[in-house]
Amino acid sequence: MSGIALEFPDETPLVQAAQRLRERGVRAIEAYTPYPVEALDALLPLPRNLLPALVFATGMLGLAGGFLLQWYGAAISYPMNIGGRPPASWPAFIPIAFEIAVLCAVTMGFVGFFALAGLPKPYQPIHALPGFERATQDRFFLVVDVADPHFDSADIDRLSKEITSCRVVAWPS
Amino acid sequence: MASIDQAPIMQPGQDLAAIDRTVGDAVLHPGQPLWWWAGFTVAVALTLGFVLAVEYLFVAGIGIWGIDIPVAWGFAIANYVWWIGIASGGTIISALFYLTQSQWRSAVNRIAESMTLFAAAAAGIMPILHLGRPGFFYWLFPIPNTMGLWPQFKSPLLWDFFAILAYVISSILFWFLGLLPDLAMVRDRATTRRTQLFYGILAMGWTGSHTQWRLHKTAYGLLAALMAPLVVSVHSIVGLDFSGGLLPGWHSTQFSPFFVFGAVLSGFAMVLLIVVPLRRLYRLEAFITERHIDLLITFLLLCSLLLAYSYLIDALLPFYGSDHFERATALHRFTGAWAWSFWGAVTLNVLVPQMLWLRSLRGNAWLVCLIAFGVVVGMWLERIMLVTSSLYEDFLPSAWGHFAGTFWDWLTLFGSAGMAAAGFFLFLRYLPIVAIFELKEILPPSTHRSGRGA
Repeated sequence: MSGIALEFPDETPLVQAAQRLRERGVRAIEAYTPYPVEALDALLPLPRNLLPALVFATGMLGLAGGFLLQWYGAAISYPMNIGGRPPASWPAFIPIAFEIAVLCAVTMGFVGFFALAGLPKPYQPIHALPGFERATQDRFFLVVDVADPHFDSADIDRLSKEITSCRVVAWPS
Repeated sequence: MASIDQAPIMQPGQDLAAIDRTVGDAVLHPGQPLWWWAGFTVAVALTLGFVLAVEYLFVAGIGIWGIDIPVAWGFAIANYVWWIGIASGGTIISALFYLTQSQWRSAVNRIAESMTLFAAAAAGIMPILHLGRPGFFYWLFPIPNTMGLWPQFKSPLLWDFFAILAYVISSILFWFLGLLPDLAMVRDRATTRRTQLFYGILAMGWTGSHTQWRLHKTAYGLLAALMAPLVVSVHSIVGLDFSGGLLPGWHSTQFSPFFVFGAVLSGFAMVLLIVVPLRRLYRLEAFITERHIDLLITFLLLCSLLLAYSYLIDALLPFYGSDHFERATALHRFTGAWAWSFWGAVTLNVLVPQMLWLRSLRGNAWLVCLIAFGVVVGMWLERIMLVTSSLYEDFLPSAWGHFAGTFWDWLTLFGSAGMAAAGFFLFLRYLPIVAIFELKEILPPSTHRSGRGA
């Protein structure tokens, strides 16, 4: 993508600018901030967050798989008669099934996060933006895609006059 | 008088750049202070001792330890329970207090989680050393073998194996997920090619885009919600290892919560023992304030009281019931050859920490460290007391024996402490020791400007 990057020294003007662009109908915006800014959730395009469903499904699979494994091992493959106790005594299978379920869910949460975030990808095109190294430190960036049908460079000019702390960078420069 | 209760969780006058300078740049300085080198040297020396003890064990077998019949469980099991208990305190701080949205957690969770990692690693080694034939530890895995055998799925000892496996892997993933944005921050501040590459690879291309942050928050919340019950289950299962045995002094339904209370107590004590000196050494007083120390002490006191209740029940129930063997074991604990371990545990875990109710004593860093260290030692005494006292004088007087640790027992214990410490020193050197992005999140927005111009 190619676009215009706006740099802010603080969270508040960033949210303000995102709000203006949103009012103009611009949708293709991405923000880069040193810490999560919750106010942006309502302003930026929100793709469906699949992670909770994925983690839940994997956890449930792990739970079922854990029970199945123990039941097969203790009751089908090699049943042992110890004092006439039932080989498939499911309450004794709960702890291992629980641990396997949690391990599966945690692993899915970790792997799923990287997969959905498109990581690992050590170099990202946005890193070429001058001054972008401060996006993880103390600067707040808003990048607008010029391909957005509602994009208007006059809006950007107006914004930069209104919010004086804003610095405008063309990207790629 | 109410000053500490209302003390801020971050001292005023901080801004985004100050956080980066204080915490982030500590890992980019090439040199390390003298205390770091001194501590690291001692830790590495002990680690070498540990390697020696383990190698000799592998060659000669577990006869080099003091264990024999009747006391077949000794230091290795006590060390294991002790270490895993210490580990769980870190997870409680980072996972449980994340779910309760306690903002004070942000300044200490990284230290607590890293402590957890190295303590869990030290714990995980112990049962393998104890196996006698450590080369066959993989038989615990439910994999088809040539004899068509399966591990015993109905045994708490196998539950323990699965619990530890799940706990160690989950702790590493949870820890790394929280570390990721801070690694990117260090990458972006690094000035030499080597550090840029090192942290660049570790940061995996984190940019801090809103999409990434949203996913990160979801993933971190989910993992925290999974870790909190996991850590309770792990130590409950450790308790079941003992409850599942039919021996007097072990066969008790209270062992799971009893063990969890002790575990969290030792974990908080260890975190205090680390945090109190570190905040001075790294000049983190602005971020880890008196309020943090005060809160950690409050939780230490809470756990100490819960443990006192468990000790009381454990001492009273044999006399309330009618089992002669239970009574005999209880009396052996109070007056027998290992009575010092029982009274040591009661003194260090329950009696001495009560001093901290006095506000004037809570402000004394040396005293707090000393009491926290006492709890860590006291919890080891409790573990070795529980393990040995039920074994050495059980049902038949003709089968009674005694137990004493050998040189190799002690070297394994101190060596494992050295190994955990060495790992922690490397963490201090190479990774941000405070969750930087979380500190930035709790910084009031109006103070972000550093005053150096836009």
